[in-house]
Amino acid sequence: MAFDEYDDRNRIFTAVGTRPVRPDGVDKVTGRALFGADMSAPGMLWGAILRSPHPHARIVSIDASKAEALPSVKAIVTRADFSENAAEQDVLDNCMAGEKALYDGHALAAVAATGRRAAEKALRMIDVEYEILPHVTDVDEAMKPDAPMVRETGGDESVPEGFSKNVMSVCEFGHGDIEKGFAEADLVMEKSFRTAAAHQGYIEPHACLASLGSDGRGELWASTQGHFHIRNLCADILGIDSTQLRVAASEIGGGFGGKTTVFIEPVALALSRKANRPVKIMMTRSEVFRATGPTSSTSMDVKIGMKKNGAITAGLAVNRFQGGAYPGSPVDMGAMCSFACYALDNVKTVGYDVVCNRPKQAAYRAPGSPMAAFAVESVIDMMCRELDLDPVEVRLKNASREGTKASYGPRWPRIGLAETLEAAKNHPHYAAPLGPNQGRGVACGFWFNHGGETSVSLALSQDGTAALSVGTPDIGGSRASLCLMVAEELGIPYEKIRTTVVDTASLGYNDVSHGSRVTYASGLAAIKAAQDAKRKLCARAARIWGIPEDAVIWEDGEAAPAGHNAGEHEPLSFAELCSDMGRTGGPISGHFEATPEGAGVSFATHLVDTEVDPETGATRVTRYTVCQDAGKAIHPDYVEGQFQGGAAQGIGWALNEEYIYGEDGRLQNPGFLDYRIPVASDLPMIDTEIVEVPNPGHPYGVRGVGETSIVPPLAAIANAVSRAAGVRMSELPMSPPRILKALKDGNGRDCRG
Amino acid sequence: MQIHVSTRINGDRTEYLCEPDETLLDVLRDRLGLTGAKEGCGTGDCGACTVTLDGRAVCSCLVLGAEAQGREIGTIEGIADGETLHPLQRKFLEHAALQCGICTPGILVAAKNLLEKNSHPTEKDIRFGLAGNLCRCTGYDKIVRAVMDAAAEMRGERCT
Repeated sequence: MAFDEYDDRNRIFTAVGTRPVRPDGVDKVTGRALFGADMSAPGMLWGAILRSPHPHARIVSIDASKAEALPSVKAIVTRADFSENAAEQDVLDNCMAGEKALYDGHALAAVAATGRRAAEKALRMIDVEYEILPHVTDVDEAMKPDAPMVRETGGDESVPEGFSKNVMSVCEFGHGDIEKGFAEADLVMEKSFRTAAAHQGYIEPHACLASLGSDGRGELWASTQGHFHIRNLCADILGIDSTQLRVAASEIGGGFGGKTTVFIEPVALALSRKANRPVKIMMTRSEVFRATGPTSSTSMDVKIGMKKNGAITAGLAVNRFQGGAYPGSPVDMGAMCSFACYALDNVKTVGYDVVCNRPKQAAYRAPGSPMAAFAVESVIDMMCRELDLDPVEVRLKNASREGTKASYGPRWPRIGLAETLEAAKNHPHYAAPLGPNQGRGVACGFWFNHGGETSVSLALSQDGTAALSVGTPDIGGSRASLCLMVAEELGIPYEKIRTTVVDTASLGYNDVSHGSRVTYASGLAAIKAAQDAKRKLCARAARIWGIPEDAVIWEDGEAAPAGHNAGEHEPLSFAELCSDMGRTGGPISGHFEATPEGAGVSFATHLVDTEVDPETGATRVTRYTVCQDAGKAIHPDYVEGQFQGGAAQGIGWALNEEYIYGEDGRLQNPGFLDYRIPVASDLPMIDTEIVEVPNPGHPYGVRGVGETSIVPPLAAIANAVSRAAGVRMSELPMSPPRILKALKDGNGRDCRG
Repeated sequence: MQIHVSTRINGDRTEYLCEPDETLLDVLRDRLGLTGAKEGCGTGDCGACTVTLDGRAVCSCLVLGAEAQGREIGTIEGIADGETLHPLQRKFLEHAALQCGICTPGILVAAKNLLEKNSHPTEKDIRFGLAGNLCRCTGYDKIVRAVMDAAAEMRGERCT
């Protein structure tokens, strides 16, 4: 095959599927790798941001005269220093408040000074006069018609009359007749659920180094999932041309969706422009919690009808998500994901996008899907117990398969949900005995995955090596998988390729590293660029041999005559053609610029055992197994790593993590001591089973794997805890006090406990 | 008024001036250019800034720069021997025990310190020994396996 499309039966891989050391590995184990805060510049200032202590207040005045008088202070900016005409008004307002502070932690002003502590000291000398306004931080409270109003605009035309002005939009999906479906059921169960806001919890706080001149030309170094996207946002917010701002992505210390937008970057640029010096800003951990995106907190109702044999006759999910003080919670995606795992004739999902006096939510790994799955998968588990049915068999019976219609519209292409359920059923974990106070939970999960705008270039070198330039920051080892795909395509060793995440001046636009898209889309782009390079190499061989270009094929890593009619020529290797390229027509690069649209959806099934201490209410996860469809695992170590990391984040969300707001509307736990993410001693080993049902939309069958892994854990753990404790847990996190209270009240007691 | 400090970092005699309220982490990163230690929280909760102080693993964000006077500091930059990686560094690469890598320097310093005190750690010993070092990417599975494998190799056992 010359420039083959995907052929899952005949394709034999040599590089893909191996586990080489990642190219950025040595830098990262020796401390050499440069993250957001690790870059400095001559003459650099430090920036710091003043934040509102009030959840809702009109800003009457800001008096910075005392701070301005300090010799260490070189610039102070407020909202007036940003573009009035910015298209992204909500993004700007979230970076620097206008007339009102909308949440505890909302930025009001910023200072650039000669040192970090000098900047922080100067903040304390800025006087702000506030007019305190009533606030609301709970999603159900915010939906009451008489709730304090967060935004004066109110919702759009999709919101029925009489609703709270805090409901910004309503969406609905589904097909069939749910009332008819419920009437056909032998058992109908309905339950309400709530989940707390959880933070992405990346260990690296947001950090950047900005330099912008009064001529509108600038440089930005930032920890971001998408430097092209933040270039555009910053240019818009500062009123400059996007191409005059060159953005380089640092190594990124975790993102999980939370670094897909801007918070400090436009502020650092505005300070730099005003001071005419480079400015570095690094958030404190408390700022990260108070002012960057956690995910939505939610309130949901789910109703399902089931036959005695486990067949689901109808499903209804009503999801209410608050997304902070701005519209745009992922409730639409939650509503699309609620029943994505099941092939239902009658299904309806509704989503309410609600605003509250909380920080603007940001994407968090499969945004919206984990909460939606928590509610639906919990009700399915309750029904399995009531009807005494096996939870894996019931899911297999109803599973979405190729050709069935998704609750949100499309018919599924080739998908791997049933294969992950079979893998779970056949895993030794599923049959292993349980001890006292232990319970086993099962849940499935879905994520769309994304393609997105992608642009790469592959430059060949005279010594037979290749340099791949990509514009998607490496958030989980993608440089290794991209090198593997190029190695596979060119037939040269992995070590002969270097993948670099290049700056915004070096490539066309690249969408953010989100939507589990990098191994899929940048991978597809790298393969296509390598094929483009091979075509050019064939043309060079044709020129050397004096035969037509179409008489040369690429075979086994060499250019060869297509057949006897092309004449007798010794094949030319990749290395030979590279070494000659200066004499045969000049430099050779392969390119790909397009928007791949064949990102295959991904499903997973998780198994988890938990042990609940009836005296303390504390839960221990004793065993965990992830079975997920990867399409094709390019670098299996990093596929497993995504599975394990998603499961661990899900465990934290299910058992501990929670934004806690006081009556005063202030965040009570903005630190890792009180917002407790899982530590090593909290977790068991996390077993993984990579299922490979190829994605027809990728040359090697790849499906994104990064996000689906966080979808099933909330439900799987809730099902396990509910079975272990004998009470149905319907609110996250299932912290020890909440479990103890449920045990004491006996509310919602699962009679088969 | 700045304080003059004379100390030893990764075996090298080092002198610097620092403010009385300046942390050792800020001194390492901003004055000495040793940016391997990371600030993840600034409150001793995440362990990304772990260094050794006279052979004891500490959060350098909770130590004042002035406290380093006359002491021995060890950072991630001093773990490899020239171009030869420490077995822990090698095993972290072989086991893919890092994803984003921001916690890696702190975890390596803490793990090296752990193995110096306990050459035969169980999985539980490692999990509790590293409980002060947060990792948000990996779920710790591959980290624990890498440390166990490095310990076995350092004991002269056949590595797995």
